[in-house]
Amino acid sequence: MAYVAVKGGERAIDNAHAWLDSDRRGDPAVAEIGVDQIREQLGRSVDRVMAEGSLYDRDLAALAIKQAQGDLIEAAFLLRAFRTTLPRFAASTPVETAAMRIRRRISAVFKDMPGGQILGPTYDYTHRLLDFTLAAGHTPAPALREAAEQAVAPRIHDILGHEGLIEPDVASDAEPFDITREPLAFPAGRDARLQSLARGDEGFLLAMGYSTQRGWGGTHPFVGEIRVGEVLVEIVPPELGFAIEIGEITLTECQMVNQFAGSRTVPPQFTRGYGLVFGHGDRRAMAMALVDRSLRASELGEAATAPAQIPEFVISHCDNIEATGFVEHLKLPHYVDFQSELETIRRMRRDVEAALLQEAAE
Amino acid sequence: MNGYNFAYLDEQTKRMIRRALLKAVAIPGHQIPFGSREMPLPYGWGTGGIQVTAAVLGPDDVLKVIDQGADDTTNAVSIRRFFARTAGVATKTHTSVATIIQTRHRIPEQALTEGQILVYQVPMPDPLAKLEPSRAETTRMHGLAEYGLMHVKLYEDITRFGHVSISYDYPVMVNDRYLMSPSPIPAYDNPKLSRNPALQLFGAGREKRIYAIPPHTEVRSLDFDDHPFRTTRAPHACDLCGDDASYLDEVVTDNQGGRMFVCSDTDHCASRQALKEAAE
Repeated sequence: MAYVAVKGGERAIDNAHAWLDSDRRGDPAVAEIGVDQIREQLGRSVDRVMAEGSLYDRDLAALAIKQAQGDLIEAAFLLRAFRTTLPRFAASTPVETAAMRIRRRISAVFKDMPGGQILGPTYDYTHRLLDFTLAAGHTPAPALREAAEQAVAPRIHDILGHEGLIEPDVASDAEPFDITREPLAFPAGRDARLQSLARGDEGFLLAMGYSTQRGWGGTHPFVGEIRVGEVLVEIVPPELGFAIEIGEITLTECQMVNQFAGSRTVPPQFTRGYGLVFGHGDRRAMAMALVDRSLRASELGEAATAPAQIPEFVISHCDNIEATGFVEHLKLPHYVDFQSELETIRRMRRDVEAALLQEAAE
Repeated sequence: MNGYNFAYLDEQTKRMIRRALLKAVAIPGHQIPFGSREMPLPYGWGTGGIQVTAAVLGPDDVLKVIDQGADDTTNAVSIRRFFARTAGVATKTHTSVATIIQTRHRIPEQALTEGQILVYQVPMPDPLAKLEPSRAETTRMHGLAEYGLMHVKLYEDITRFGHVSISYDYPVMVNDRYLMSPSPIPAYDNPKLSRNPALQLFGAGREKRIYAIPPHTEVRSLDFDDHPFRTTRAPHACDLCGDDASYLDEVVTDNQGGRMFVCSDTDHCASRQALKEAAE
């Protein structure tokens, strides 16, 4: 066989893209899915893509999901690459989750409390039985939402805080670190860590949080509260000097309450792990709160030995856009390096074989 | 391209990258952290090199992009297209006419000249990372020029195998101060790093680091007096152009162990073949 130089990379790429386009469309006899359908009917996918893509835009997230054939990491990547090109007009004031318009709010530490427990639209108590009526198409019965719509709920740590049983919230006017603009260095502040976790890979956060429950850096967590709902986003334009509303976003917030034995200077009290994510995502917010608390090990004077307690390990590996890029780059050609490895291993084998021959001769 | 700035990145971002580049040139071999952006190509596929190229590219530049020494490998094609599309610059495959060459894993065979810029795509910028995973720790080691760990690694290789077993991404000392990863180029290419008249820039997007070797800077591949650095290449001549000194790719031609060897640098090989044909 004669050697034909590997030409035509350009044509191959064009052909691959065309094939991908038709593969994405699937059977043309089946109706094409609309971006609005994804936005309305695959809301949890949209939420995850917005969180990991760190851009709150339900329509663009739905488009990304369609474009990525439902590959959510690929969709988050599309959103991130778009986000990075956007100009920054302003930074919002901190969102006020205490004033959230609540859809769901549960606590595992108090049976009842001001504002009450509201399950909201949750899968928690569904029986995981495939619902074949959904396959046939189905119109749901109207849902009762009044209880939720009237709820005004103080945050759980405001309740515990009255007795000084939980570490206080420390307000700060310092400019927060921005992981999208500045290179992260270690040790990283909690602001940088929380930003990284908020857009970290859900599977990774889940596994890290889970590992702390199985003894790899236990934190004795209780779900102080999970709340899901809409909050207002406000900015203060310099020319006005006062806050104006620019929109509303859905958030899930998790306050984890963790045991703490106290130290020489601090009496025993509960500490907190915090999770705040775009959209409706209990799993994601809870995992984030577990990991946030375990990453505070050194700060609280605990021995940091488990993976989930090592900030550099967790933060450097939680980003699935970085991770998928580097893992998948192994697909790229490496023949130059492999060639040098081939020559090296051949030389090493020659050396060993020569030594064996000499040994046999002696 | 509509809706995007020249060479994709906005001017503020380019300025931030240029500042990092200036620092990098001022401290040869030292890794400068920079606010690496998300690019429309995946991390690990050249985002660092692309950002550096975007920051130094002007409308009159002539760009060459190679991967494994070749202009026609798919990722090289993809990156070249990216700049043709976002910057509208001329793209060429001839090493001599390019003002900027972005590369992955090779230094061109043809000697570079003053005024040319070689931009390397770097996966893991810290040469100590394979020995010490914590960046906080390796940063300290670089600060103190504490490179004993790497010398021990080379020494252990020699005691076990009789020679250093690193065949690519072979660590170098830049300007007698900083230990540097030359990116995964074969050790064969290492001598070209030193006293090169071209400006060599290194971009690691995912790891958010930039570093540089200014023109004519001394770069030494780590070795010992009694075990001097040496390079390896396949002991053959190119089956297409006959070069017996260039770096070769091994190509499997059949199922009976048939092999042929061809230059990894496609422009070098094509130029030699053209010369040979012209002479005949």
